Amino acid sequence: MSLLDIAGYISLALLAGGGIAAIYRIVVGPSILDRAIATDVLLIVISSALCVEMALNHHTDNIVFVVVASVIGFVGSVTLSRFVAERKKEPVEHA
Amino acid sequence: MLESWPEIADGIAAVLLILGASLSTVAGIGLLRFPDQLSRMHAGTKPQVLGLLLVLVALAFAWRAWVWVPVLILAWVLQMLTAPVSAHLVGRAGYRTKHLKREMLFTDELADVVASHDDQGRPAASADRRTVPQPDPTDHHGRD
Repeated sequence: MSLLDIAGYISLALLAGGGIAAIYRIVVGPSILDRAIATDVLLIVISSALCVEMALNHHTDNIVFVVVASVIGFVGSVTLSRFVAERKKEPVEHA
Repeated sequence: MLESWPEIADGIAAVLLILGASLSTVAGIGLLRFPDQLSRMHAGTKPQVLGLLLVLVALAFAWRAWVWVPVLILAWVLQMLTAPVSAHLVGRAGYRTKHLKREMLFTDELADVVASHDDQGRPAASADRRTVPQPDPTDHHGRD
């Protein structure tokens, strides 16, 4: 078991901790924007875990997913925050 | 123990992997413990830039192939371009929908601008005209 293998398993454990915390915040989170932030964190944890797995096993199969995941997260959180901001303006609650 | 270049590169990759992964753990702890949305956003955006950079550099050291370096740079540049935009929009929506604890703010420079405009983004009638920016007909206030 080489040094890189040990570091990879420690990294996967750390990433699992971050992912569990993000999932807790997605479930509990008081507002939809908290869930959007936690979803971004969960996405970055997943792509980091893909990178760690590639470094452990010395292959390059998943790098496309890492590139695509950043764009997917961008579209998701921007759409969600625009939705929240637009919906708040529609009702005439200040009249 | 570490004498040849592949072993040294693997050691560097190991250290960088642990550092990048620990940033994700730090973000998770921040998501759990911070009290309001803006401070959670502060914690949550750390692994998006620095954590991904460390992990990708670790990948470059683990692979030791120049062919894949442009792809790794592409992944990080895409993340660098998109993370500030999405964080800005989430923070803006959070501010406008009052998802923040005002007693935790030291200064709020946005409050004057928001208070002096109505919901359509035009200057309010009660605002001081000298401090309010005049309406720009070419500005669509972020809408198409």
